[in-house]
Amino acid sequence: MPLAQSWNGLESLSHNLVTSKLEDLVRWSRRSSMWPATFGLACCAIEMMATGGAEYDMSRFGMEVFRASPRQADLMIVAGRVSQKMAPVLRQVYDQMAEPKWVISMGVCASTGGMFNNYAVVQGVDEIVPVDVYAPGCPPGPNTLLHAILTLHEKVRTGEILRRRAASGAGAGVDLAAEVPGWTQPLATPVHLGTPH
Amino acid sequence: MRQADPDARAAGDPEVAEPGDLAARARLVAETDEGSQQLVRSDETGRTELLIEQGGVLRIPESDALDPDAADATFGAGETMILNVGPQHPSTHGVLRMMVELQGERVLRSKPVIGYLHTGMEKTGEQLTYVQGATNVTRMDYLSPLHNELVYSLAVEKLLGVEIPPRATWIRMLMCELNRISSHVMWAATNGMDLASTSMMIFGIRERDLVLQFFEKVTGLRMNHNYIRPGGVAADLPDGWEDDVEAVVDTVGARLGDYDNLLTGQPIFRERTEGVGVVPAELLVALSATGPLLRAAGVPWDLRRATPYLAYSEVDFDVIVGSAGDCFDRYAVRLNEVRESIRIVRQILEKMPPGDYRTQDKKVTPPPRARIDESMEALIHHFKLFTGGIEPPEGEVYVAVESPRGELGCYLVSDGSNRPMRMHIRAPSFVNLQSVPALLRGGLLADMIAILSSVDPVLGDVDR
Amino acid sequence: MAPSGPLVWRVAELDGVPAADSLGDEVFFPTRARYIEVATALCRAGFVTCSDLCAVDYLTHPDRALPEAVRPERFEVVVNLLSHAEVRRARLRVMVPEDDPVCPTLFSVYPGTENMEREAYDLMGIRFVGHPDPSRILLPQDWEGHPLRRDYGTGRVPVQFKEAPGPR
Repeated sequence: MPLAQSWNGLESLSHNLVTSKLEDLVRWSRRSSMWPATFGLACCAIEMMATGGAEYDMSRFGMEVFRASPRQADLMIVAGRVSQKMAPVLRQVYDQMAEPKWVISMGVCASTGGMFNNYAVVQGVDEIVPVDVYAPGCPPGPNTLLHAILTLHEKVRTGEILRRRAASGAGAGVDLAAEVPGWTQPLATPVHLGTPH
Repeated sequence: MRQADPDARAAGDPEVAEPGDLAARARLVAETDEGSQQLVRSDETGRTELLIEQGGVLRIPESDALDPDAADATFGAGETMILNVGPQHPSTHGVLRMMVELQGERVLRSKPVIGYLHTGMEKTGEQLTYVQGATNVTRMDYLSPLHNELVYSLAVEKLLGVEIPPRATWIRMLMCELNRISSHVMWAATNGMDLASTSMMIFGIRERDLVLQFFEKVTGLRMNHNYIRPGGVAADLPDGWEDDVEAVVDTVGARLGDYDNLLTGQPIFRERTEGVGVVPAELLVALSATGPLLRAAGVPWDLRRATPYLAYSEVDFDVIVGSAGDCFDRYAVRLNEVRESIRIVRQILEKMPPGDYRTQDKKVTPPPRARIDESMEALIHHFKLFTGGIEPPEGEVYVAVESPRGELGCYLVSDGSNRPMRMHIRAPSFVNLQSVPALLRGGLLADMIAILSSVDPVLGDVDR
Repeated sequence: MAPSGPLVWRVAELDGVPAADSLGDEVFFPTRARYIEVATALCRAGFVTCSDLCAVDYLTHPDRALPEAVRPERFEVVVNLLSHAEVRRARLRVMVPEDDPVCPTLFSVYPGTENMEREAYDLMGIRFVGHPDPSRILLPQDWEGHPLRRDYGTGRVPVQFKEAPGPR
């Protein structure tokens, strides 16, 4: 390719090229097209469907395609109360998902058992699967669910989630520092997303 | 859940004796195996149970009886397949697990396996006071929460013997009819999506959001409102509600035309639903089916007309009855019920009486919040009501209302204390599911989706 | 709901069965031995559908109001029947003793009680003799116990609220 006379490194080409670090691109693509698995259980499932509807529109975040097959899904939104009978099924679906995968626990029943502290309901889905974001509410309105989803997206975009995964030994066990030459640990970026504190 | 690890196998780990995949799969299947609750091979199933799974439950003469040995005897041991559908599947009716035995694409036998959403709500109902009870009951049929609250409140009020002011009754009727609209419209959305019309899903959710915005204005919540309580309703309708309701029903009524364009006249939808899932009405009555499932088969049974509760005897509406009893009729019945509900809501707009929104009986109703600052008696009364609660006299009562899915009943037994001794909810979807094997028999697997969708089970109602 | 006379006039099998009125509903108390006979007679008399069948555990309230001739037991099977033609309901309450929690099945008369009886067995432990599929319906297959009984605990998990500092 012929070089311009005033070749000034990459700046000359900057109007034609976008450069970035590979990890950033990977993280950007992961969060921009994070497909949820259909795991609607109870009332929260209806609010999840409403979030996918026209008014609240998850499609602007690339997420309106709910994949029925866990093999094609990245995100499991556990929407609703998990009964004792459903628990092994939930774990089975989670295991069938391929890495990287994330879990949002939607609603108080999925997060802690909610108002049903009894024999039939698992007191929090984090007894069965590792959860990345908890969304409280009974049911959480579409706004709350979107907040949870955007929090997760921020965590994925900044890499905070993979960093913690590597540290705790969870996830696929991919050690980026060992496998990718020149990869540097990103700094911890706490995620604040509009909640006043 | 450990992944099967080839290294562990090499080290002689006894848990991973077989090649990794098979052992892991066997363990997974064992964990989700529900034993005799599932559909098992026909040679392992009892004769009556076989008949049930084929949909033959009515007592008919021996000569006409469906002999399980004869009917499917043409199919040898390897020619049929038992397929498991669910409990996690995209036909968004919740966690219903259907097991079907197929011969090619034809359904021979089927069995719904339920319980994946069992929440122990009847047990929880015994732990909560009567004042708190509506919060529990409202989460059963989560598409029509106000009907659950209504039936519970009516049962408690019948036990107590209190009279509800007319305005409270009419407010309840307004909210329940709006809830019927939102439930049927949501059903139309999921039904459309099951039959591959994603636009229908968007339309239905859009209409439902309109109604839910009104609910949020009145009750504070989009779903699971805890609004209809024993004694009346929790709060009066806000100012300007007439305009809001009128806007909602005008918009929904106009958009029903969109549904007609999208589905009713459309050849693919008609082919998938006409003639699909037909059973005789006597079978449905014997199987205790109620609601649009029964009305589409030609039985004009609607509790709002037969045993009027609230103020349904004072409004004018038609009971929609189908003729063919197929999926298309069930769709048409529900769509026209939306139109009838809109008609009822317009009449309520004109006839809403003024007055109290809850009974003045001090044993049932807390005082207005402002009075608590002024009067010690009001403070004590508020305290006692929310800690101790309502104490109905001993007795038992069964009250039923017409929810969008059918007869929703509440059997309440009181032992005189502030908690129910037994609260049983007769769930319409739980009982309607008994008709499913009869509806599925002989149809295609694709018809199964259409039929399940037209029966409209809500798993919160089924499993409680 | 215009009742066309007391049922006991039209249905011979109701003769001798204790009856009561519960807030306007007719309630009959057949014994376990006569339960199916009475239900069949009511079915023939127009009560074509069974609205609801449930079980109640009176362990904590044994001295409830019952007619003279009825001996209270721990469990009751309560059946709500419905007549479309007359728009009328009737309720049957069958006493089931604690040491012998067995009751005949109503499935042969009303096939619509299949799921309801399975639920009563699952949650209350009353076995229905002759039911075609006496398996659990709501709880996992290997569950032990019958949760809706009054002596079965709620299974509540104690919750602690600690003064732990939050992440921010």
